[in-house]
Amino acid sequence: MAAASARCGLGLGLRLCLALGLRLPHGGHHNLRGILQQRALHTGPTVYQSDDTHSKAENSDVVNITFIDRLGNRIPVKGKVGDNVLYLAHENGIDLEGACEASLACSTCHVYVNEEHFDKLPEAVEREEDMLDMAPVLQLNSRLGCQIILTKELEGMELTLPKITRNFYVDGHVPKPH
Amino acid sequence: MVPEYYESSVVDIYEKLPVPFGLVRFGVAPDHPEVKNVINAFTQTAHHDRCSFYGNVTVGKDVSIEELKQAYHALVLTYGAETNRTLDIPGKNLLGVYSARMFVGWYNGLPENKDLNPELSSETAVILGHGNVALDVARILLSPIDVLKKTDIAGHALEAIATSKVKRVLLVGRRGPLQVAFTIKELREMINLPDTRPLLNPSDFMGLKQAVKDLPRPRKRLTELMIKTALEKSSGKEVERQAAATKEWGLQFLRSPLEIIPSNDGKRVAGIRLSVNKMEGLGESAKFVQTGDVEDLECGLVLSSIGYKSYPIDPSVPFDHRLGIIPNNLGRVLHASGLYCSGWVKRGPTGVIVTTMHDGFETAETVLGDVRSGLLDVSASKGGSKVIGALLKQRGIRPVTFPEWEKIDNVEVARGEQAGKPREKLLDVQQMIEVASQ
Repeated sequence: MAAASARCGLGLGLRLCLALGLRLPHGGHHNLRGILQQRALHTGPTVYQSDDTHSKAENSDVVNITFIDRLGNRIPVKGKVGDNVLYLAHENGIDLEGACEASLACSTCHVYVNEEHFDKLPEAVEREEDMLDMAPVLQLNSRLGCQIILTKELEGMELTLPKITRNFYVDGHVPKPH
Repeated sequence: MVPEYYESSVVDIYEKLPVPFGLVRFGVAPDHPEVKNVINAFTQTAHHDRCSFYGNVTVGKDVSIEELKQAYHALVLTYGAETNRTLDIPGKNLLGVYSARMFVGWYNGLPENKDLNPELSSETAVILGHGNVALDVARILLSPIDVLKKTDIAGHALEAIATSKVKRVLLVGRRGPLQVAFTIKELREMINLPDTRPLLNPSDFMGLKQAVKDLPRPRKRLTELMIKTALEKSSGKEVERQAAATKEWGLQFLRSPLEIIPSNDGKRVAGIRLSVNKMEGLGESAKFVQTGDVEDLECGLVLSSIGYKSYPIDPSVPFDHRLGIIPNNLGRVLHASGLYCSGWVKRGPTGVIVTTMHDGFETAETVLGDVRSGLLDVSASKGGSKVIGALLKQRGIRPVTFPEWEKIDNVEVARGEQAGKPREKLLDVQQMIEVASQ
């Protein structure tokens, strides 16, 4: 099965940062767990198996956040202090792209942060602001997912994926051709 | 995207060159390797069992659109913009005048530009255009060799730039600072380029501080950076750095090219004559108007970076020659059935990875929506790559598969290692096919 190339953890302990998550379907055609298991990969010594997420996390370390995907589905996710939000999204089958693999060279991991938690994030560095300038539908609460690292303070944070396609209807309706 | 959303779909990719990735390999500058990380995502998609890549196949020549339509339920045209808008002024054919597109192809190892052999023997280069491609070209012309030699820049370009005499690069645009098309990351890189000093004319920025306040964030931050660079007094350290710099680059505004001035022997560029413009109107609808005054700039290299352009691929595919795109609605080609398009040939030749990515998703959603609604009839069985493969074989065309690209990839990386570079690109299509066939 497809093997993403491994990159070393971003100084976050024992983690495999996936090069880019597979885009996963909402339509239920595929077995989500099956795909996550396929993604538990074999490409380096610091492999972090998705199955281990729950057994390894100590309670004091757990940070619960919610992703709101492009269809408006709320997806609760259990992360840990120190987790990078982009890779956490990938591990949980969330549709958040990370084309440049967290190197501040694109804006594909653009998310909206809920008001309550937006101010709790450390200020964006200039390079993140520069890349955010390129993000479609930029809002005041926009941030790049790859720059958000979980802390206890971010418990309950909600991250919304921007609806970026013009024909995207919340109820899945597809417009009839002219 | 499509293989994951639709259980039984098969996606075949046909590409003219033996190697994949298009502009990510041939457009993104060599000193921007992080932007190329997206290759990992593309590779993962290509490894999907229902996705196949067939390189070295030119659609429109080796196989027709009609033949592809017979073999597939849907065709998605994503062939981008392979030519450029042309500079139509006297002197455009003098030695030393090139399109930025060809220059970029040259330093990025695009086979068709490997023999460009650009003139780098004069001190001043003029780039026409104020977009990111213009900045990329300026930066590559002025970057320290020690930086370039560790990138995947094409070998011949590295050698040529190492002996280049170019010390000054002027980016000339016909409109004003508020109309620049480049983005802040690239501008910042230029301002911080080692051993260079920026030449921004303060008078170009007078009175802009007020105008900037109400602009949308990206335009505001970009303009503020230019104003700061042009008007603010530098720190002692910066003054020293600039004084010690051996190279310089500048932005010139409100100048349009009228004529390229030949050397005494009439063969090469000696300068460029520019019309002095002024802006009329405000904001988005501001236009430039020639004042009648002219100015000459001495230079030995002129690169026109005034936009890319798409070609029509086949007479049977609708094409809007004015806009240079395939007429479409959200990626569904108008007045055609089973045809879709995505990327620059769909929207026009501007935008970065994030824009083209979202655009690709939009077209994919349109295709899937059409399958669901029945607009795209997938009931008949189609021959796909078996049929096309047989046609190509008959015609003596040898497609290069993804695993074969990976052999080329390995050779390039191995050669690069010897040279201290991420890869040493193969520059010749025949050579690529030889490696693929090993």
